[in-house]
Amino acid sequence: MAIGVKVLERPIKQTSYLRATAQGLALTLKHLLRPMSDKVTIQYPEEKFAVSARWRGTHRMLTTEDGKAKCVACGLCPTVCPSNCIKLVPGEDENGNRYPLVFEIDEFRCIFCGYCQEVCPEEAIHVGRHYENAEYSREGFVYDLERLMAQTHPVCEMWDPADPKGE
Amino acid sequence: MIIASLFQAAVQATGNGIEHIAQPASGGFWFLMTVIKLLVLFTIYMVGVMLVIWAERRICAFIQDRRGPNRVGPHGLLQSVADGVKNIMKEETYPGQAYTPLFVLAPPIALIPALLTWAVIPYGAPWDSKWGTIDMALAPLPIGFLFTLAISSLGVYGIVLAGWSSNNKYALLGGLRSSAQMISYEISMGMSTIPILILAGNVSLGQIVGQQGGMGLHWNIINATVAFFVFFVAAFAETNRVPFDLPEAESELVAGYHSEYSAMKFSMFFIAEYANVMTVSALMSTLFFGGWDIPFTTWDNLPPHTLLKTLLTFGMIWVKILFFVFVFIWVRWTLPRFRYDQLMALGWKVMLPVALTYIVVVAVATYGLDASGIHPSDWKFAVAMLVLNIVLMGILLGVIDRGRLISPAYSRLDKRNMDKLRRARYDRVRFQNPPVAEGAD
Repeated sequence: MAIGVKVLERPIKQTSYLRATAQGLALTLKHLLRPMSDKVTIQYPEEKFAVSARWRGTHRMLTTEDGKAKCVACGLCPTVCPSNCIKLVPGEDENGNRYPLVFEIDEFRCIFCGYCQEVCPEEAIHVGRHYENAEYSREGFVYDLERLMAQTHPVCEMWDPADPKGE
Repeated sequence: MIIASLFQAAVQATGNGIEHIAQPASGGFWFLMTVIKLLVLFTIYMVGVMLVIWAERRICAFIQDRRGPNRVGPHGLLQSVADGVKNIMKEETYPGQAYTPLFVLAPPIALIPALLTWAVIPYGAPWDSKWGTIDMALAPLPIGFLFTLAISSLGVYGIVLAGWSSNNKYALLGGLRSSAQMISYEISMGMSTIPILILAGNVSLGQIVGQQGGMGLHWNIINATVAFFVFFVAAFAETNRVPFDLPEAESELVAGYHSEYSAMKFSMFFIAEYANVMTVSALMSTLFFGGWDIPFTTWDNLPPHTLLKTLLTFGMIWVKILFFVFVFIWVRWTLPRFRYDQLMALGWKVMLPVALTYIVVVAVATYGLDASGIHPSDWKFAVAMLVLNIVLMGILLGVIDRGRLISPAYSRLDKRNMDKLRRARYDRVRFQNPPVAEGAD
């Protein structure tokens, strides 16, 4: 029971319980009296967390002026996708323009690496600056083309080697 | 001298404590007033617990630069109501192997003693109504102080029984720690209040408050500062609050004695903790800070005792109580928990000897001053005790500061003893694990 634990000889200033207690109480009192504006809490539904310009959240498909998806169904994004979450079935219209017949992203499988945005030659698919993704069912997390086009949140700005700090 | 005579007059006029029982207000009126006092006190107490829980969460949040509960009601004031409703709706779970009768009984056993103490605390100046004097303690017992000591010892039963009947090793450990801790600190708590009994010459709380009445010069914090220090530390231990929250010790024992409790039964332990905090704060105000006495004026101690005086003094004791509640909360969110051996060492090696020595010091000082013609109701007495107490506190804090008294791990072993210990361990290990015979497997 009473085995001596090796304790270094230190000056009383460092080992005194009373002084440490007094210092601690002073510190907590100082924080207690801080104004409300110094609180770190974000009042969530009213205030929102300011996400970085390079935040990679759920996807968005950009559209052309006539409201069609910019995607040309080249197949680069499902190829590059490391988590294999993009399902793409290409189609071709009478003018020979390729377009996606099916374009689905399973947001549950997605790891939000942003490779799809990086690889896209048409700047069509983007990861978004967005984080409120609650759904009532698992199926709700498979976003189809219509849904991806309907998203309005800002898109991620990819890292630019020429401007590493994003200024 | 003036204060002394005023005090004498006040005591005679109000008939505190024993005298009061000898001249009760007429039966029906007395009964009505008792019922009203009961209802008012219980309501204030329960609402107070609710608000103290809210205050604790709010203050802890502010200390940690957060906002705390601020959604339910204005500034989150109704948070505890929402939690209460939630806890009533929740399922009560019973561990399979728990001893159900005690498991169910333990929360009320923990809660009731905390409430009982309030019956004897005088929470206002007596009211001289047309139909007789009404003492503002619910039950102005002549042995009020002994009653509080007896009842506060009961609180530990709820915790120990909860720990034992849960049939959970962590809960049991919490209960065991709690019993050891409470018994250790109860002794120093009881001993620390004996100087007050010496000064008051009485065990009626009404008399103890009456004796402290006046300008605030006769408060026992001046007469018995060291006793207050010991009482204060013991109060933290008795209420199981940080830095003495070993029965709960969430980082070691899950949640200690109430690990297995859910819903309203857990809530009851929670309420009991805060009820205890308020009770101990009320006791500290009553014993050391003059109870309902308003400092810097003798107006409140003098007749006529109108209802206004009663209400103002009632407000005053609440100011004191809430101040101590705040200190409890403040300390809780500042200090880390003691180690078990530190707890025991502090209780037995520091607090108890200090309390015992102080009884002797106060007894000698009171006797000496009394013999030289300075009586406790004299201002010279207060000044003499104040000087004595400042010196004693200086010595005590200096010794605690320098001695590392709360860390027994400080003692270093010399080489010889270390070798002896090592050898003993080696022998024991060899004895317990004899060499395996060859070919045994």
